[in-house]
Amino acid sequence: MSREATSRAGGTSRGTGGVQPPLLAVRGLRVSYGAAEVVRGVDLTVAPGETVALVGESGSGKSTTAHAVVGLLPRGGRRTAGEVVLAGEDLAAGGERALRARRGSDIGLIPQDPYLALNPVQRVGRQVAESLLIHGLADRAGARERAVELLAQVGFDQPETRARQYPHELSGGMRQRVLIATALAAGPRLLIADEPTSALDVTVQRQVLDHLERLTRDRGTALLLITHDLGVAADRAQRTVVMSRGEVVEAGPTNEVLGGPRHPYTRRLLAAVPSLAGPRLAAPRAARTPDGGPLVVADRLVKDFPLPRSAGGRRLRAVDGVSLTVARGETFALVGESGSGKSTTARIVMRLTAPSSGTVTFDGLDATALTGEPLRRLRRRMQIVYQSPYASLDPRFTVAESIGEPLRAFRVAGRRERARRAAELLERVALPASALRRRPAELSGGQRQRVAIARALALEPDLVVCDEPVSALDVSVQAQILDLLAELQRELGLSYLFISHDLAVVRQIAHRVGVMRDGRLVETGTTERIFDEPHHAYTEELLAAIPGRRTAGQPR
Amino acid sequence: MARFLARRIVQSVLVLWASFTLAFVVLYLLPSDPVAIMAAGGGEASAVTDEQVAELRETYGLDQPAWRQYLERLADAAHGDFGQSVANGEPVGRVIAESLPATLQLAGCALLVAALGGGGLALAATWVRRGWLRQALLSLPALGVSAPTFWVGLLLVQLVSFRWGLLPAFGNEGWDAIVLPAITLALPVGSVLAQVFAKSLRTALAEPYAETAWAKGASPARVHLGHAVRNAALPPLTVLGLLLGNLLAGSVVVESVFSRTGLGRTTATAVNSQDIPMVLGIVSFGALVFVLANLLVDLLGPLLDPRLAAERAERAVPA
Repeated sequence: MSREATSRAGGTSRGTGGVQPPLLAVRGLRVSYGAAEVVRGVDLTVAPGETVALVGESGSGKSTTAHAVVGLLPRGGRRTAGEVVLAGEDLAAGGERALRARRGSDIGLIPQDPYLALNPVQRVGRQVAESLLIHGLADRAGARERAVELLAQVGFDQPETRARQYPHELSGGMRQRVLIATALAAGPRLLIADEPTSALDVTVQRQVLDHLERLTRDRGTALLLITHDLGVAADRAQRTVVMSRGEVVEAGPTNEVLGGPRHPYTRRLLAAVPSLAGPRLAAPRAARTPDGGPLVVADRLVKDFPLPRSAGGRRLRAVDGVSLTVARGETFALVGESGSGKSTTARIVMRLTAPSSGTVTFDGLDATALTGEPLRRLRRRMQIVYQSPYASLDPRFTVAESIGEPLRAFRVAGRRERARRAAELLERVALPASALRRRPAELSGGQRQRVAIARALALEPDLVVCDEPVSALDVSVQAQILDLLAELQRELGLSYLFISHDLAVVRQIAHRVGVMRDGRLVETGTTERIFDEPHHAYTEELLAAIPGRRTAGQPR
Repeated sequence: MARFLARRIVQSVLVLWASFTLAFVVLYLLPSDPVAIMAAGGGEASAVTDEQVAELRETYGLDQPAWRQYLERLADAAHGDFGQSVANGEPVGRVIAESLPATLQLAGCALLVAALGGGGLALAATWVRRGWLRQALLSLPALGVSAPTFWVGLLLVQLVSFRWGLLPAFGNEGWDAIVLPAITLALPVGSVLAQVFAKSLRTALAEPYAETAWAKGASPARVHLGHAVRNAALPPLTVLGLLLGNLLAGSVVVESVFSRTGLGRTTATAVNSQDIPMVLGIVSFGALVFVLANLLVDLLGPLLDPRLAAERAERAVPA
């Protein structure tokens, strides 16, 4: 076939040994959306069987580059220059029809969000087998059989049963494995995985990446892995390509790029990654006032949710006997995977949800017994910062209105005083006063989260609950927000109840850590103790699953 | 599911009762007297004596107080008995049954035209790649919704029947006579369907699962028909359930314009002659059709989308 016939010499690849012609060569690629050029002359090669990580922050153009390779740019996106060569053949030469013949069969795509990327009204098996039918590689019965085999290969115990299920009956990790099986079905030589695990819990993420690594290795499939997570790149890729603002700023073997970065951007990116080894942000705890006992004491909290009969059980115990304390000026972090009950626990502490049993004592007051005006007074003293700064600010409010709203709600200040306080708070969170008149849409994600923090501080609370406050942000922005939180704690003596699934972030910011699983607090201790000598097996498992702990870029 | 169904049936009965009651109140409050109309329109017996009028009132129960009339009629209606037409003394049920087949035929054809035309237009609009053509196709439904039915009907008759002589303009005879009225009746319904379906198709095609399909190398036909259509079908189906009432209502105008017999014409006559039992019967029948259609749509939903079935199974359990 013509695939092996012509190819450009000189595309170097390491990791698979020897000089081979590249499987994929992207040269001088430019992509525009209207007048805005988002990919500006990208060069990129992937050797047969090699794993290359394409890393960068949001807006760097990494995902656009990947989509341009398969010719699946969103509406409005246009390739303006450059070529994409797969095994010596220019993919754009034959037009859309020729490209369609290569999609699925030669290049497989693993999409980003497993919750949205499967057709909700089609059985899983049929979706896995579809590319076999499209490319005429099997008949209906053969495709069905092959789908079951593929599902077994991505680690499903009962592949026949799974094949007959609908996507909504599977968990996120399962769905992502279905998508891997789908992409592999027609035996492509190149897989493009676009942030394949960003929507998944860390232990599930590891499982999925392990499957992906094993399958591509066994089949000699090359993998272009798009990720914002440098840890994932370090663990999984032989070579790493770093993108910033539509350009490749650095490329090379992963251990060289991440071990000794040459470009300032790569250095900044690496420095921003919350690490498990570097210095920590958590301040030495503020000196305690002599009379101050702990600020929050939660005692044997239990929360049950009724379950539908179809789901078998009668109740779901979301929180199961959780006891914890938060001292004044301390950050207590609750870590755990989705569904572990950490958010429900925080909601009970905030008195946003009533516990089925157990009590919360806030500064000596039994918060669970309070109602009416005393409860309202208590609410002033605890505030919350949510995960998504995109959703937690009213898009029609100006920044000044958002920050002033709690003051208005509690009638603690007149209009003029509110404006003055808003300006003051904005300065506290290091935003210029000119931002007061803006609306959320005019701010970046990091700036919005600063506004959300300023709003939480407006009533001078004692406790701020931070519910995954940085997980929607890029790493460099993450670092800035964590710095800000630590600084505010030092200056104002705040206590934080910090909820996160990200252990590296928790290590940075927390004084003490509680590990939750299935509604139970399995382990509590100082941050040093939890990270250096975890007692519980689950804590160990969580720690081991954090990407970036394997030796970087080992040829496999 | 059984619980869901039971709740929906109870709701349906409530809707039927409410429409009956509303129709009764409106008809009763109308400032006129059906018996007087009947007596005046009696032709050769224009000199109806007062005793005869009183007798008529008694026969039709119109001498009773309103609440009593309401309760009696409601009780009868619950048994399917809507009494007799004030105009000609025939049982309401039989009049409806006799005029129904022609209207069912018309509405059925119109439904088919609306579904195929509206669906086809929506698919075409999301399929074509040229921007101006897409815009042109997408603006057609707005035109179809805003054109008055009687005007469209008269225009079609003018052009197709009188000028070109292709199809008959009036009457119930033969299948070619149904074409123009069916198109006229289908136009507003099909237009709304096209709008709703085009919107939901566009949404479905922008979903990541559509990209997954493209990435498998699927052709536009496969992505549209194999993936997007079923995901996009629920909103137009729901709207269709609501629009079925429009088909019945539209038949009043269309059957008049095209001089067809049927339920629409019967309705128009009954309203003109203030035939209270007849109008009540027709309104209740219309409500029944509407309720049944929506019940059917609700039952079809889970077949289209398995997530709906799961949701209903969950919600059926009291919290």
